[in-house]
Amino acid sequence: MANWCRISSRTISNHVKTRVNQGLPWGAVGINQTSGLSSALNPGGPVSDGNWRYQNRLPVPRNRATLFCNQRFESTVAEKQRDSFLSSESDDDHQSVDFPGGKVSYISKMNFISESSQTRVPCYRVLDDDGELITDSDFQQVSKEVAVKMYSNMVSLQIMDTIFYEAQRQGRISFYLTSAGEEAINIASAAALTEQDIILPQYREPGVLLWRGFSLQEFADQCLGNKADYGKGRQMPIHYGSRKHNFFTISSPIATQLPQAAGIAYSLKMDNKKACVVSYIGDGGTSEGDFHAGLNFAAVVEAPVIFFCRNNGWAISTNVSEQFRSDGIVVKGRAYGIRSIRVDGNDALAVYSAVSAAREMAINEQRPILIEALTYRVGHHSTSDDSTKYRQLDEIVYWKNARDPVNRFRNWVQNCGWWSEQQETQLRNSVRKQLLEAIQVAEKTEKPPLSEMFSDVYDYPPTNLEEQENHLRETVRRHPDDYPADISV
Amino acid sequence: MLGVVRKKMLGQSLLKIRPAVSVLRSYSSSAKHMTVRDALNSALDEEMSADQKVFLMGEEVGEYQGAYKISKGLLEKYGPERVLDTPITEAGFAGIAVGAAYHGLKPVVEFMTFNFSMQAIDHIINSAAKSNYMSAGQMSVPIVFRGPNGAAAGVGAQHSQCYAAWYASCPGLKVLTPYSSEDARGLLKAAIRDPDPVVFLENELLYGESFSVSDEVLDSSFCLPIGKAKIERVGRDVTITAFSKMVGHALKAAEILEKDGIDAEVINLRSIRPLDRSTINASVRKTNRLITAEEGFPQHGVGAEICASVVEESFAYLDAPVERIAGADVPMPYAANLERLAVPQVEDIVRAAKRACYRSVPLAAAA
Repeated sequence: MANWCRISSRTISNHVKTRVNQGLPWGAVGINQTSGLSSALNPGGPVSDGNWRYQNRLPVPRNRATLFCNQRFESTVAEKQRDSFLSSESDDDHQSVDFPGGKVSYISKMNFISESSQTRVPCYRVLDDDGELITDSDFQQVSKEVAVKMYSNMVSLQIMDTIFYEAQRQGRISFYLTSAGEEAINIASAAALTEQDIILPQYREPGVLLWRGFSLQEFADQCLGNKADYGKGRQMPIHYGSRKHNFFTISSPIATQLPQAAGIAYSLKMDNKKACVVSYIGDGGTSEGDFHAGLNFAAVVEAPVIFFCRNNGWAISTNVSEQFRSDGIVVKGRAYGIRSIRVDGNDALAVYSAVSAAREMAINEQRPILIEALTYRVGHHSTSDDSTKYRQLDEIVYWKNARDPVNRFRNWVQNCGWWSEQQETQLRNSVRKQLLEAIQVAEKTEKPPLSEMFSDVYDYPPTNLEEQENHLRETVRRHPDDYPADISV
Repeated sequence: MLGVVRKKMLGQSLLKIRPAVSVLRSYSSSAKHMTVRDALNSALDEEMSADQKVFLMGEEVGEYQGAYKISKGLLEKYGPERVLDTPITEAGFAGIAVGAAYHGLKPVVEFMTFNFSMQAIDHIINSAAKSNYMSAGQMSVPIVFRGPNGAAAGVGAQHSQCYAAWYASCPGLKVLTPYSSEDARGLLKAAIRDPDPVVFLENELLYGESFSVSDEVLDSSFCLPIGKAKIERVGRDVTITAFSKMVGHALKAAEILEKDGIDAEVINLRSIRPLDRSTINASVRKTNRLITAEEGFPQHGVGAEICASVVEESFAYLDAPVERIAGADVPMPYAANLERLAVPQVEDIVRAAKRACYRSVPLAAAA
């Protein structure tokens, strides 16, 4: 795997072309086609060179027998034929026919477009697994200041996740979910945006808020639901929201943020603002109807929105092979007429570069962009989940250690001479200390008062709510023993 | 103000109201009439004109002039950026509209019928109704969801359900049910101006009905308060509450009852959430008898809530049990005779009022 990654970007595209011409009879099974066959034969364990491949964890495909057929299917011929007649379309105008939606060439041979391409869409990466810059790669350079800020935030996010997770286990907060393994996605995508760009998160992107200046204390206050919480204690933990940081409050139903993002982008477009909307979604969320509606609509109204899909392989216990049968999410972009890219989500520089470029296109060309970031969900889905029940511990440990985005980016920053071991120790200790203090302070802070229970249901409280509140106050006053002593009325 | 309105209207080639306006100038004392359709159209037009952030969105609202022609002329006047024809995805466009509202625009979303709003109900409830509360005031949703609700004629079960009770049970939403043209104008304007999400339930069969309107109603600043019911007919013997089409039925029932010496008070609820409990209770305390009338299904309906409210607040004043008149507890059948049996008729209200006044023997209670 490591060897394959050292190939420069130009060679990658040549490599892909070779694959297409070979017309292999099966579609999206492995990242590396040649070794795909051998590991399909041995679905049980890691391949001998110690590297783990995606397909080892995929359930055996139902049509596995066809993997070994040498027969060239008609459908593989279709791929090439389709390409060839598309290019001749402009030469033979009398060969085209008119329909609502435009002119289209016709063909008298019946060919079905294959359900999958011969090769998977390649993944854009800039740093190899050890954090070394791949030669001749396109990327957006970052300054020392930005790189150090990015790295520090990735570390802070990692530590914040660890400490809050522990706090939940200790019973101090009711729920938490980590972004372990997705620190590069969180921080690098945020770093490529400006403060005016509007974020509609799913729920595994607190790093974006961290980047924008949400303090560790503010995170703790929301998780503890105390009166300093901007959400006034109304939301369960990790449902952060901050108007001043242009980070829309997290909402639990999946994928609802996608059409909303198109709507906000439409609003930016009407106002002619030089900003875009960035909406995040997981691999599982793309199965929702709202994914279709959001992308389709954004394309139709030409809205400046970046749809960022974190494909981390798992939707609670549902592996991607059970979620969809396409080559991930990136191929769906074209179905909506949306420009797309697949990027290595554990490569902070690649994510940064891709998001920067996407932002330019979204704003200057007023169009949506789809980014699929491949990554791995190192943590459990949430504190309500134990993922060892449905996946191998070895797999989790491998990704946590060998493919950690934080380590990888640190290597690059260190190699640039911008970071040292000493700074590392200092930072980690400092963040840990701040977090522990923040939790303690948050725990001691009072919970929101009763007066905040009935506010904000409407812009202005209607009489029936005022009556209910008065009734409740009266009840508390009359029966103080039935209510905790520290309840603030 | 009216002069300005008139000028704008004269500049429009498509509004049906124009002939009535020119009549206005010469015969200022004669009654003016307006259909509910024109009332809604003029309200939309005036609010879009007054506030650039208001825009329309829905299937067929633009080029087709609206599935029921409610948005007639608006695409031509305001352009495609403010009158959006959407792809067929209720969930999609409801979500998009909520997003736009989060960012400060004021969308008016049309559902071809509220039956189709069920495909978008997650966005209406979870994205719109609850957002202001869950975000502690950081995300307000000044959106209006409007469209025909309830039974039409011969359209079957999936086009005939009344959603008043469903939406009105959800905190964070406001639910309005206009009856007359005055209601349509005043309440739609109020809904568009309101910073909270509003579900605006119209009625297809009322669109073509014409009502007299005063000058005040025709004024572009006209607005009705949300949460106030209107006493359409003052009476002394029995209170009949109704909304939307049933108000017309209740008024006809009241005329019939008058001949039998029963003086019915008819309350046009106008607002299901917030429900005007004080007007209803004040009326019941006066008449001591209550009939609730609605088109929708009986279980957990609007009448059930009104009955509970009256029992809680005015129990001692009741001289007879509260009776609910509602649609039959079946998905709406199509055959004309069955449909007629499934929807409350004027006679049902008359008989119920007589029972409440002990002028006739109640039917044995069904299990």
